[in-house]
Amino acid sequence: MKNPLDSVVGTIISGLVLTVVLFYFAKNFLG
Amino acid sequence: MDLLIDRWLHIMAGITWIGLLYYFNFIQVPSMAKIKEDGSATAITKFIAPKALLWFRWAALVTWLTGAYYLERSGIGLGDAFMLKETAGNIGLGVWMGTIMLFNVWVLIWPNQKKVLGMVEASDEAKLKAARIALLASRTNTMLSIPMLFFMVAGSTAHMGLMMNP
Repeated sequence: MKNPLDSVVGTIISGLVLTVVLFYFAKNFLG
Repeated sequence: MDLLIDRWLHIMAGITWIGLLYYFNFIQVPSMAKIKEDGSATAITKFIAPKALLWFRWAALVTWLTGAYYLERSGIGLGDAFMLKETAGNIGLGVWMGTIMLFNVWVLIWPNQKKVLGMVEASDEAKLKAARIALLASRTNTMLSIPMLFFMVAGSTAHMGLMMNP
């Protein structure tokens, strides 16, 4: 599997996915 | 008043830092192959990149320090943010990502870019390895900047309730 960070598009998509994951983490487990 | 000025400096330094990060990732690095073909790589490696890296790394440090000062003076607390305690949880996630990004700038990107740009002695093999490490650290920071900015915005009180109860 290719490293998504090798492309700009892959980097942006990874950042958006991480945002969604952390959003639900924050919503369910934080303050 | 000092909090207002601190926050103003934090945002200006943050724009400088992340703006240059996006310049490196979206413009300079993807253009390097064509710039080399054109024979004009020296302009980038000798003049533009060193100056951009100078602003980049110091803006990163100023962003972090002014952010830490804000958290301490505003009563949120840097320690509580790192521990993701109660209402400091959202901004805490942003703090964690910003801190990892600062580490990447000073420990991974800058020392390796010095080798790549010929500012310190390095063999061709070492330069190739340094370029790969610097690229991945820079791309990691670009990836982290997306949720980091989200949680910086969410961490400001105006949007906190909206985020938790949309």
